[in-house]
Amino acid sequence: MIGFIILGVYTAIFVGSFLLITYLVRSATNDFTALKTVTFGDESAVRPNRWASIISIVTIFLIWGSFTGSNYIPGFLHAPAPFVGETTFTYTLENAEGDRDDATVFVRVGELGEKAEKFEVEPGEGMAKDDALAMSASRTETLLFDRNDEATRKDGAKVVAIDGQPIGPDLSIRTDAGRFALTAKGAISFTPSSGLQMDPLYLPPPEAVVNRFFEIATEGYRGYLLYEHLGISLFRVVAGFFFGALLGIPLGYAMGLANWPRGWFDPIVEFMRPVPPLALIPLMIIWFGIDEESKIILLFLAAFWIMIIAARSGVSGVNITKVHAAYSLGASKAQILRQVIVPNSLPEIFTGARVAMGVCWGTVVAAELVSGVNGAGFMIMAASKFQQTDIVLLGIILIGTIGFGIDVLMRMAERKLVPWKGRS
Amino acid sequence: MSGLAIKNLSMRFDLPNGSHVQALQDVSLHLNEGELLSVLGPSGCGKTTLLNIVAGFLAPTEGSIELNGHSVTGPDKERGMVFQQGALFEWMSVRDNVSFGPRMAGKKQAEWGEHVDHLLDVTGLGDFKDKAIFELSGGMQQRVALARCLANDPDVILMDEPLGALDALTREKMQGLVLKLWKETGKTIILITHSVEEALLLGERLLVMAPRPGRIHKEYNLPFADMGVDGDLREVKKADGYARTREEILGMIWDMEEEIMGRSEDAS
Ligand SMILES: Nc1ncnc2c1ncn2[C@@H]1O[C@H](COP(=O)(O)OP(=O)(O)OP(=O)(O)O)[C@@H](O)[C@H]1O
Ligand SMILES: [Mg+2]
Repeated sequence: MIGFIILGVYTAIFVGSFLLITYLVRSATNDFTALKTVTFGDESAVRPNRWASIISIVTIFLIWGSFTGSNYIPGFLHAPAPFVGETTFTYTLENAEGDRDDATVFVRVGELGEKAEKFEVEPGEGMAKDDALAMSASRTETLLFDRNDEATRKDGAKVVAIDGQPIGPDLSIRTDAGRFALTAKGAISFTPSSGLQMDPLYLPPPEAVVNRFFEIATEGYRGYLLYEHLGISLFRVVAGFFFGALLGIPLGYAMGLANWPRGWFDPIVEFMRPVPPLALIPLMIIWFGIDEESKIILLFLAAFWIMIIAARSGVSGVNITKVHAAYSLGASKAQILRQVIVPNSLPEIFTGARVAMGVCWGTVVAAELVSGVNGAGFMIMAASKFQQTDIVLLGIILIGTIGFGIDVLMRMAERKLVPWKGRS
Repeated sequence: MSGLAIKNLSMRFDLPNGSHVQALQDVSLHLNEGELLSVLGPSGCGKTTLLNIVAGFLAPTEGSIELNGHSVTGPDKERGMVFQQGALFEWMSVRDNVSFGPRMAGKKQAEWGEHVDHLLDVTGLGDFKDKAIFELSGGMQQRVALARCLANDPDVILMDEPLGALDALTREKMQGLVLKLWKETGKTIILITHSVEEALLLGERLLVMAPRPGRIHKEYNLPFADMGVDGDLREVKKADGYARTREEILGMIWDMEEEIMGRSEDAS
């Protein structure tokens, strides 16, 4: 239900901000692309609208804050909060003879997850007596209204209306106070209006995540500081990738340059390529235990096949005229490898390295989810067991940020080291 | 015996479907040192195949190649190549490309520096030595390829449509440059081209090849290259016999093309 509302709000902001920005910001670009009249279908003319990117990110945080009642955003932007405080409702009791009487129920609703203190009220006059109900926000409470009434359910009495609205075993109703239903045995089940905000158990507000960040950064979680959790994950990825590249690249070259290694390793590589690294986790645990060794070997394997294939296709991508030219200029085989084949395959190797890093980063988190005592994946797994959703979210955000950071660094290195990529 | 000798060369490609292509049939030819031979012929008559065999990239099914008395068995720096395009090393600067041969031979910069800089100047690349290859125009890239080949000081230079990818104006300038460098260095050159004009202007000797099987159809000895060395190429085109020879060769190639078309129509 809330999901649809959020989707609606999100779509509205998407369309609304688009209309607003196109109206307010006249396209200020007057480069060549701005003069193109055909842009629909010309992919090169499509550029990310920076306004859209900024608004997109702001919108996510706004919606997050709004639907969690964050104090980072002004109150008027909050989605309706769950009811907290005091309220009353009346129920109408009808006994077996058909006589009716009203009684008032005084309700105190505590904050989410905190039940209000128990309290008593004067029973009042009549067949039905007033009751007191203490509960916590958004939760459903069953009221055994007849504990103090003169006519009980055992005697054939039943509730027929709430605040004057008829209610029955298959007729639940909604009033200003909240939602009412009758249980199978005829007791009143009451849920105070839960508003539109998310339960922090499912989605904590941003400040909870930020506070967790500082808490874990300074005090640690399960014996390791935040940077240690992230650092160990990064270390595993870098170590696994390093060895994967160290062995995979030469092997890929060998497969691209000679028949015997090509024939020898082809079946192995083609077989291992479609096996997702995650499927190897159980085997790694059986073989190498749950320590560092097994994780690094797993990541090594994840990177290994990717780097072999990248290096192999790097060699096969070498324009044969370049090799011929080099031979005609008197280069030896070693020189051709060093001067022609290696530099020519660098773009492919970089592409492979970026893929491998991405796969390794994903795999390390999964491996840590399964076993271990530290790492980003371990952190979110351990937190999920104790329903510390804020830590889980923090972990996911950091994993995403670091993965993105790795890719940005790789792309920068690529631009620096292979400036000729895609230009020959 | 000095010079380049091509003896009874035949080349047959066996195709996977069991049939075969006779790309060359009994081609014999002798080139003296310092001669410039241009080769013309309809598409598919085996020009590239011939050049690849002379360069040593392919072994012929029959016949042999001899250069200055020893037989050719593989690529070697005595036979330099200039390709149509895509043979430069994008990861090296212009100067590193041109000095590639000497550097690979383990020579010190002191030995090749002057020669390389001279070639860069002659080819008009002096101001571009430190540029990356992808920053150059197509014509400049071909000048780099030419300079790179010359810097290695080969005995024979093999060119497979070296100017084929250039626009008409650049092409004309480059033709002048090729002639100039040929005269200056005295290299033996085989130049494959699709342009009859280019073949006439540059070739001291001109070979017209015929297809299926690839063979020598007719050979000419021409005076135009020598005229062009010190003169204006446009003036050469007005010289005696130029237009007549051009028409004759064009007619020859047209006939061959028509025959090919006719044959493939029969086949279908
Ligand atoms: N590797 C190969 N395998 C099979 N057939 C080949 C191979 N190389 C060339 N051929 C065939 O040999 C014949 C001659 O080819 P070649 O490339 O030498 O022609 P060409 O004269 O250079 O043509 P163009 O002027 O179009 O470059 C063609 O019929 C071609 O199909
Ligand atoms: Mg050809």
